[in-house]
Amino acid sequence: MPEAATQKAYRLHLMICAGTGCVSNHSFDIKAALEAEIRKHGLENEVTVVPTGCNGFCERGPILVVQPGNIFYQQIGLKDVPHLVEEHFLKGRPVSRLMYVPPAEKTPVPVLSDIPFFKKQVLIALRDRGLIDPEKIEEYIARDGYKALAKALTKMTPDKIISEITLAGLRGRGGAGFPTGLKWQLVRGASSANGGQKFIVCNGDEGDPGAFMDRSILEADPHAVIEGMVIGARAIGATEGFVYVRNEYPLAVARLSKALEQAREYGVLGTDILGTGFDFDIRIKRGAGAFVCGEETALIASIEGRLGEPRPRPPYPAQSGLWGKPTCINNVETWANVPVIVDRGAAWFAGIGTETSKGTKVFSLVGKINNTGLVEVPMGISLREIIYDIGGGIPGGKAFKAVQTGGPSGGCIPKEQIDLPIDYESLAGAGSMMGSGGMVVMDEDTCMVDVARYFLSFTHEESCGKCTPCREGTKAMLDILTRITEGKGTAGDLVLLDDLAQGIKDSALCGLGKTAPNPVLTTLRYFRNEYETHIRDKKCPAHVCRQLNVYTIDPAVCLEKGKGCDVCRRNCASEAISGEKGRAHAVVQDRCIKCGVCADVCAFKAVRIS
Amino acid sequence: MPKLTIDELAKTRDRVRHTLALREGGEFRAKVNVHMGTCGIAAGARAVMSALMDGVERRGLHDILLTTSGCAGLCSQEPMMTVELVGRAPVKYVNLNAAKALEILEKHVLGGAIVAAYALGVGSERTDL
Repeated sequence: MPEAATQKAYRLHLMICAGTGCVSNHSFDIKAALEAEIRKHGLENEVTVVPTGCNGFCERGPILVVQPGNIFYQQIGLKDVPHLVEEHFLKGRPVSRLMYVPPAEKTPVPVLSDIPFFKKQVLIALRDRGLIDPEKIEEYIARDGYKALAKALTKMTPDKIISEITLAGLRGRGGAGFPTGLKWQLVRGASSANGGQKFIVCNGDEGDPGAFMDRSILEADPHAVIEGMVIGARAIGATEGFVYVRNEYPLAVARLSKALEQAREYGVLGTDILGTGFDFDIRIKRGAGAFVCGEETALIASIEGRLGEPRPRPPYPAQSGLWGKPTCINNVETWANVPVIVDRGAAWFAGIGTETSKGTKVFSLVGKINNTGLVEVPMGISLREIIYDIGGGIPGGKAFKAVQTGGPSGGCIPKEQIDLPIDYESLAGAGSMMGSGGMVVMDEDTCMVDVARYFLSFTHEESCGKCTPCREGTKAMLDILTRITEGKGTAGDLVLLDDLAQGIKDSALCGLGKTAPNPVLTTLRYFRNEYETHIRDKKCPAHVCRQLNVYTIDPAVCLEKGKGCDVCRRNCASEAISGEKGRAHAVVQDRCIKCGVCADVCAFKAVRIS
Repeated sequence: MPKLTIDELAKTRDRVRHTLALREGGEFRAKVNVHMGTCGIAAGARAVMSALMDGVERRGLHDILLTTSGCAGLCSQEPMMTVELVGRAPVKYVNLNAAKALEILEKHVLGGAIVAAYALGVGSERTDL
């Protein structure tokens, strides 16, 4: 039995974040340096270093949390290690210069749970984050891991498991929010020829720009997903399962592979699970990174080894999925919720959240926000609480403009709706969607037409091309949006965009196409005046669409402050600036290619953009 | 690793549970703080800590919190340690060595009786842990 670290008593546990974000910030090097320094001081029998999954406060990585005490250290560098080991781990004096200082405050906050970023979070899917080494099954077991599985296998009938999930009100965390219990019921009830075989699939094909919820869960707590899947298999009567995960998530694939091996070794996966006679095994299918493969019928095609293209539904996978057999597909986060519901009961879970949306949701908070990271919040929390209390507001004193939820399928919610409670219905009502949990915050310097163009370019690029509305429709919409951002928009463009969007929504084959127009529709709904300014006045209010900008140099500022420093002229690739050192400079408009370099290089802010 | 049964799963959980309790801010019946300033280390505080670590591990105690802190200001009487039982006032011990520390662990930490012979007095400077 692998004993070592989980058996030996240490007085200090140094929990170092080993999620992808911190790892790319050299957290493994820091771990090695810590261990070397600990040995140097002869502390190797007193202090241990434990790699954990993503802490969530990615903005501040690499992160080290010291237990007991819950002391939060941030942005640790190799050079900090000797001082930290001697002062804190040997002499017991926490090092305040490595602690988090909230913006606009001077005093560091030593304890993790006192930091505003963590205060309002409620952890269910991420319950083990920062507390266990994801590569040690025993640590998962110690936190009640596989206890729910034991309960499901011995004390619950399959129908009872399904009714528990139904009563809990769990809905799919991957996007559409379909009730999980109902889906399981449909798969359980579906008849299957050929020995009644059924399949379980975990959808880890996370492709939204800026989203990394599923990756973090797989990296931080792979057993939570495995346990959820085994319980699901028992409920619907499946004997085989697949985790579809992107090959561009190497750490998630490695940790999941290791977890599957350990689970088989410990008898919680494979044949005769926990001695109950129940058989179920899981295989990993690595995806090549096509966005459309997150769509369930395309994902099924990809697992079967065919081209990752969707097909019309019905039949739904619940009736005819993998190799024509009834198949239950749920997202990574959904599966991670299952063991807790079975363990603690439906009533407990249903007590969190809103009337229609129960439990919590994990969001990746990115964009123009101070505290970039991964957060898990109860359903019903307002956007304001996420953006200001947890996210710490907008950097640089800029004004909040909008938040984009739901990735390329979602929409932009304007600042007027910042008190909107987060649940499936209110997001849909605002024209957006829950999606898998991407949350991109935008400030006043963001051009909403450009944002719509960006998301459309993404969906157009990722369209598989099978159906015409998506293949040609997204192209037509993208062309119009590009034209508008270049100042070539015409009066009829907005009507045409509306028509196209509606047409694609109604006729595209799969979710990718049906939702692709959402970013355009919501920006048209809330920021129509920005489109009109682009088309009518040929101006971009946020100065993002460079083709619409006119660059001029204020001669007074150039001469008085900058003494005609000549830097702009020397940096202008198209030789569109006249003047010489010591004299006021000017932009020759008919040669200007609007690259904006002059504005970037001018230290005296003499370049005006209008 | 033979496959687990339902019973063995629960046993595995209980066996590893205490390691995780330390990380989760679990309940502790006592906190023992060894003063680990330069003065304390020079006088032998490391040996005191090692003895305590060993004593705690050998007895399989999972609810004793061992911590360190800096110099307590009484450098001439190092090594020192402070024992704080839950709900009771902290007690400072001075001029320690490994054997004395183990005696205090046995009698005071586990037995609840202050070892007056080594005690400086009741009270403590503030620590953050």
